[in-house]
This record gives sequence, structure tokens and C-alpha cells, in this order.
Amino acid sequence: MDKFTTLTGVAAPMPLINVDTDMIIPKQFLKTIKRSGLGINLFDEMRYDDDGNEIPDFVLNKPQYRDAEILVAGDNFGCGSSREHAPWAIKDFGIRCVIAPSFADIFYNNCFKNGILPIALPQKAVDVLMKDAEKGANARMTVDLEAQTVTTSDGESFAFEIDSFKKHCLIEGLDDIGLTMEKASAIDAFESKAAMERPWV
Amino acid sequence: MSPKTLYDKIWDAHVAHEAEDGTCLLYIDRHLVHEVTSPQAFEGLRMTGRTVRAPDKTIAVPDHNVPTTLDRAKGIENPESKIQVEALDKNAADFGIHYYPVSDVRQGIVHIVGPEQGWTLPGMTVVCGDSHTATHGAFGALAHGIGTSEVEHVLATQTLIQRKGKNMKVEITGKLRPGVTAKDITLSVIGKTGTAGGTGYVIEYCGEAIRDLSMEGRMTVCNMAIEGGARAGLIAPDEKTFEYCKGRPHAPKGAQWEAAMAWWKTLYSDDDAHWDKVVTIKGEDIAPVVTWGTSPEDVLPITATVPDPSDFTGGKVDAAKRSLDYMGLTPGTPLSEIEIDTVFIGSCTNGRIEDLRAAAAILKGKKIKDGLRAMVVPGSGLVRAQAEEEGLADIFKEAGFEWRLAGCSMCLAMNPDQLSPGERCAATSNRNFEGRQGRGGRTHLLSPAMAAAAAITGHLTDVREMM
Ligand code: SF4
Repeated sequence: MDKFTTLTGVAAPMPLINVDTDMIIPKQFLKTIKRSGLGINLFDEMRYDDDGNEIPDFVLNKPQYRDAEILVAGDNFGCGSSREHAPWAIKDFGIRCVIAPSFADIFYNNCFKNGILPIALPQKAVDVLMKDAEKGANARMTVDLEAQTVTTSDGESFAFEIDSFKKHCLIEGLDDIGLTMEKASAIDAFESKAAMERPWV
Repeated sequence: MSPKTLYDKIWDAHVAHEAEDGTCLLYIDRHLVHEVTSPQAFEGLRMTGRTVRAPDKTIAVPDHNVPTTLDRAKGIENPESKIQVEALDKNAADFGIHYYPVSDVRQGIVHIVGPEQGWTLPGMTVVCGDSHTATHGAFGALAHGIGTSEVEHVLATQTLIQRKGKNMKVEITGKLRPGVTAKDITLSVIGKTGTAGGTGYVIEYCGEAIRDLSMEGRMTVCNMAIEGGARAGLIAPDEKTFEYCKGRPHAPKGAQWEAAMAWWKTLYSDDDAHWDKVVTIKGEDIAPVVTWGTSPEDVLPITATVPDPSDFTGGKVDAAKRSLDYMGLTPGTPLSEIEIDTVFIGSCTNGRIEDLRAAAAILKGKKIKDGLRAMVVPGSGLVRAQAEEEGLADIFKEAGFEWRLAGCSMCLAMNPDQLSPGERCAATSNRNFEGRQGRGGRTHLLSPAMAAAAAITGHLTDVREMM
């Protein structure tokens, strides 16, 4: 998995609440058996018209946000389906960090498996970051995972919380499965015990 | 011993390893797999030379992409859908997991097949690369939706990396009024708590109105726990649960059944257990409801009118504006005057036998409105067979409904069953998101009985007027 340490980049503002995974990547793009190549269809139904032309008003189609690496959004980002195609599409587009007041559980977890940092901050902080993002390409935000801070282009800084294990895995780019397999003896022991206690499982 | 909730009890029985920081490896008893969220996971196993750790606990069934038309034996037309289903055929065979292919009468929506075959049992941990895995919580099983990386993790290690969530109790007291169903309960709860209200929690539904529900109804309630943001929904098992499980193909038998029952009967929340959040709703206050917007929290009694964005505050003002624009609705319009083009009865929320019975009871001897498109998609081949045996299929067909084969169908429109732009649908499924049932399609969520009533009149209708 790609490591995440610090990131300084353009942030795209998306002041919508309840951005669901159907919006992030509509179902017609779930038919792939690969993880790559979904960035072009990120936010497809908001980004393109019926003929496949870009809708100029959509934030990621605006020249100043085409290379955005951070997304600032409203409450309950990533709600709905468990599709990991959502973080795959976000990552493939080039976004490595999403900031919102809250995230849906499964989406939040899925981000970490793909080297994306989701940051939950109080609404007031997100409002400040949203304003900063609205300034366009010259306003570059800095996310420092080690220090757990987000800093606006004006130098205003917000501290964020993150699970220490998730932080560690992201900074080191660790593979969860490899880590868990190191605990195989604990799983073996659990399995033997469970086979005695609940043999019907 | 300190008092525990049901969630605490199941959690404690499944922790295989706990790190100092509280990160746990939760052992998984049942892993359900479907074709959309698994190909990359199996591919990952192949690339790393890993195997499926517990193939006997892994069950796969294709459902999202499969055609539901009667001629589906001729194969899947869409080449990408075909590749996904064929990939599952191959992965199931290569890795030796239980499989119900499209040609098997037991095939259906994964969350309907699991309980039907007795794979889902009380006290288990159940996961699936699908958010509506919450459905299985109806059995008192801790059931999570997971992403594809986690699917791969569970395939390889039979565990999931988790931190414990918080406990939330949702109590529905007293009796429901006539015409009010499990779907109305679950939508009303979301209407009250919001789609993010359950974030970080596992919800246990309890109270007399929940106890009174059948297993089918309980599955409907838990199915939509995820729409309220919760990690999982749970209902404590009782005699109804045991009765449902007994004799299912993969349920324990004989002495094992007795041993299982002894444990299952301990699966309830202790009286003085701690709850981080409690929501109480009176059963008698719940009305038949429909959604008006593009989030499941946009729900109101059928007797209400389309709200005005200015009725809301914060980010919801803009969200409501956007929803109404997308849905083509004007504030103040009575919900019961909204005309529909299509009716969809099915999905893992409402595709079980009881749902079909409820819809058929309203439709019996009636015809659907001229020009309306209406379809019933049973949740599994066995539900379909049972409905045919009970004469429900004939009622649907005589009323003018299409009688389909099992699958997810128009719940998410990955197969050819889709809405066209602007087409308005009364649907028994679980999501009314923009584009969910087809680009530009407009979805109103409701119960099967309400869907049947709408099919007859051609507009959203209070089913109580037909009872
Ligand atoms: S019926 Fe709908 S919600 Fe249920 S599993 Fe299928 S697509 Fe998902």
C-alpha cells in the first residue's frame, strides 16, 4: 500500500452533505474485476452530461481543481454501499485525503486500505477549510499525518484525531493481511477453542 | 460479572486477539460473497499465493448482475456483467467454497440465501462485502458490511480488524397500528435519527413491536440499520428465531442443536447493561411512510405533504433543495398525489415470502393502473417457488405485474432492470439515492403493501384506505 506522511496540495470544495458512494462511483462502473482506472468515472453523474461531456460547473472540472489532491466535503461523507470502488476511484483521480465533519463507517475503513487519509473535524473547522479550498489553486493546504494537523494556505492549523494503529499502517504503508498473518497462532488457538465451545459453527 | 449488552456478548465470544491499543481481530463465523465486491479480493489472494483459510465457512452466490427475466438461462448479455459472474463461478471452484450458481433454484440475493439455508444463526459473526449484511442481525448475529480489502483479509485470515463500536438501543414500544409494517418502523427510525445518527454504533432493536414481528419483518428492520449509519443492527433471538432456524439445511441437528440452543438462550442484553444512546419510539405513533427525497432520512407519513427546504437547517437546506429538484417535486404537494410510472417489489429489504404475501393481499382480484410498469422480483428461487405454490404469483400476474426470477434487479440496476431519466418508481428497496435505480430515475421507498396500493391507483397511496 502507498505510504502517507505529509501532503501539500490543492483542495477541492464540495459543500454537500450525505455524499453517498453511488454518487462517488455509480454502479455501472462496478462491473470491473480490477481496482484501477476508475478515476475518470469519479462522481460520473455529477461530472458529465448525458452525452459524456464535462459539466463545466462541477468542481473537479474547473481548471483550478483538476489536480486537486484533497477534497473538503459535508457531513456523513461516503454513506451507502460498501463498494471499495469509491476509494479506488478517489485515489485513481489523484485525491489522497478527504476532510469532512463525519464519515460513514465502511467508507472510512476502506480509505485506510488504499492509502487515503480521511480526516474528521468539527463543522467549524471544516467551514474554515471549505473557505480556504474555495480560493482555488493558489491556496494549497497542508496535511501532516505524523503531527495530526491540517493547515490552511493562511497558516491556520487544526489538529485531528486518528486511531494509532491506522495511523501507523498508513505512514508505513503496511499490508493488513501480512500483519494479521503474523498472529496466526492466536487465530489457530481461537479456532480450536471455538470448535469445542460452539461445534455447530 | 458486569452486565453486558447482546453486542458485548457476541463481541467477547469472537475476539481472537486484542492489541494493547484495543485493536482486535474478530473471528468471523460466516463469510458471504457475491460477484461485485469479490473479484479483486480473490485476485489479491492469487497474486500473493494465499488461500481461503476457512472455505467451509465461506458461501458465495451471484446476485447483483444476474438478469431476472425468464429467459436468463440463455446467458448474460452485458459482457462485463458476464465476466463478473463467470469470475465468481471460477473463484468458487478454485478456492473450494460453497456456491449457489445462477442455475441453482436456491440462488438469490445473498442476504436472503444465507438465512434461508441456515448459514446465518444466532450469536455468529457474519460479514459480506455488502452494506446490507446488517440484515443477518435479525437472528442476533453480529453482521457487518465490509469493503473488498476486508473481504480479502477475511478470506485469508478468517478475521476482521475491528475496534469495538458503541451500544445504541432502539426501542419500539407497544403495538403497531393496522397497515404499519416493519419497513415503516425502520424508515421511521432513520427519519428520527438521520442517516448519520447511528455512525459508530451497533443498534439493538427491541420492544414489544419488534418482538411481535416475524423473522422476515425483523430482517427488514435490521437490513436498513446501515441506512441509519450504524455498523450493524441486532435483535435478540427468541422462540421465533429458533423456530425459523430449525431444520434449515445448514442449521445444527440433534445434540448439536441442543448445545446451540443452550448458548443462544443466553443471548440477550442484561437488564442493567450500559447503553451509549437510547432512542424510544411508540409503535402507535408510526404511520405508513414514504420517502420524498434522495436520502432515506427524507421520510414522512403518507398523509403529509412535500416539505419546503426552509423547513430545515444547516446543510440540509441545500440538500433538500437539491433533492426536490432531482425528484421533480414542489413543496406543499400532498405525498398521496404523486403519480408514479413504475412499481418495484423485491430486494433484500422486502423480497421475502411475507413481503410478497402482504403485497398480494392488497392486489388480490385487482388490476394495476393502465400504462404502469410493475414487477415483482422474489429474493430467492425458493421464495419464488413458495409464492407460486401459495398462488401469490397468479395474483401478481393477473394484476399485471411481471413475475421475475431472483436477484437484486432494480434495487441498484446493475442488470438490465433500470429506470429511465425522470421515471418515477415506488420501490420496496432501501436506497433512494440519485441514480440508484438508473440515471435520473426517481425513487420513493415504501413497504410492499404500500407499493401494491400505489400500483393499483398509479399514485402514492395510503394503504389503509384499501384495507
Ligand atoms: S438487493 Fe439491493 S441492497 Fe440488497 S444486496 Fe442487492 S443491491 Fe444490495
